[in-house]
Amino acid sequence: MSVAKRIIPCLDVADGRVVKGVQFVDIRDAGDPVAVARGYDQQGADELTFLDITATHEGRDTTFQMVEQIASEVFIPLTVGGGGREVNDIRNLLNHGADKVGINSAAVSNPEFVKAAADRFGSQCIVVAIDAKQVGEHWEIFTHGGRKPTGINAVEWAARMVDYGAGEILLTSMDRDGTGDGFDLALTRAISDAVAVPVIASGGVGNLDHLVDGVTLGGAEAVLAASIFHFGTYTVAQAKATMAAAGIDVRL
Amino acid sequence: MIVGVIDYGMGNLHSVSKALEHAGPDWDVRLIDSPDQLAACDRAVLPGVGAMGACVQGIKDAGFDTALQTFVQTKPMMGVCVGMQALFTRGDESGGVEGLDWVKGEINHFPTSIRQQGLKIPHMGWNQIEHHDHALFDGIAPGERFYFVHSFRSVDVGSPYVAATAIHGERFVAAIIQGNVFATQFHPEKSQHAGLTLYSNFLNWTP
Repeated sequence: MSVAKRIIPCLDVADGRVVKGVQFVDIRDAGDPVAVARGYDQQGADELTFLDITATHEGRDTTFQMVEQIASEVFIPLTVGGGGREVNDIRNLLNHGADKVGINSAAVSNPEFVKAAADRFGSQCIVVAIDAKQVGEHWEIFTHGGRKPTGINAVEWAARMVDYGAGEILLTSMDRDGTGDGFDLALTRAISDAVAVPVIASGGVGNLDHLVDGVTLGGAEAVLAASIFHFGTYTVAQAKATMAAAGIDVRL
Repeated sequence: MIVGVIDYGMGNLHSVSKALEHAGPDWDVRLIDSPDQLAACDRAVLPGVGAMGACVQGIKDAGFDTALQTFVQTKPMMGVCVGMQALFTRGDESGGVEGLDWVKGEINHFPTSIRQQGLKIPHMGWNQIEHHDHALFDGIAPGERFYFVHSFRSVDVGSPYVAATAIHGERFVAAIIQGNVFATQFHPEKSQHAGLTLYSNFLNWTP
């Protein structure tokens, strides 16, 4: 008996719609986040993460409605990341049914925001998202979708964010994101070893063995992937079967 | 029949309410934000997230501590996550907090030594429970997984109120039953089918 390693499909949404279409079968409207969420729930996803790339304030309101609709039908944990800059944004997302809120750029520009959010709502709902790139012998934090360097050491940053109250770290390798070459396992291991809280590995998954490696070699508590699931290359159920065959405890 | 979800400013009320609506289509699910609304309810659910001290304070400030104590003399109540922890005698969070003391026991932090076993704090994710034979667990297989997220727990697993346990480092209390009170450390509203089954059992429960 132990807590299962989690598999988390990640969806990009804008103005309440899924972008970068999901192509697995049995969904009439691949842009409908509720239908997509339901589909992943049926496949056995352990959680869902929505990355909100909405640019406008008006669009944020549709995000709240979207979260509320999904949380009304899909009874697994939902994380919403992107765009949150104020305690009020977090409260709105939680009130509409999000279980956790991801904070990324806002944590870098104002680390106290993480502390304020964790004090107010509890560490269990504060996920600090870290986008890291290898620079020489170590990794640095990048913001704004990996475009903006900060000069901050990623391992030290993760430890600081946990001190500030982050309950989980969503770690994305910007070097691997979109490559299909697998997670940056050295980065994942370095951060997992540095913090007590769970680390979600992200960026680079191209096949199911990569998910196994993220857990066994990277030390991740959870693995996040987008394209391998969205394009129907693999189902969440297949991913779990592969992980179970490798001796990893998963929820079947 | 009416089930009241206690709104004292803490907790994921939306998810709990929606899960209850799914689990009990014939039930009227209401948010209850003042103790005088409790009298109309046939069941009550006490959610809770975040810090135990803040939850206990919120419950007391809103006057729900005495109102719920009266309620459970005759009707069933279900606590969820910190809504379970708040019922204990005390917790060691931030140097020590007093609970409502309905059940005798302590809520303590997971020891950091469990990291040497590769375990993380918070305990976050789907873990298996071992439950006693009880109508509240009808349809729940032995070893069923539920979604947990917490850094504090009770290890008083030998206490008479313990109804289910789980293991993270050591065995801890995953659910309690005492009189008309049922409570879970995990989140049924985030535990897919198994969670909805549990809520359904609670709505159908006649202690």
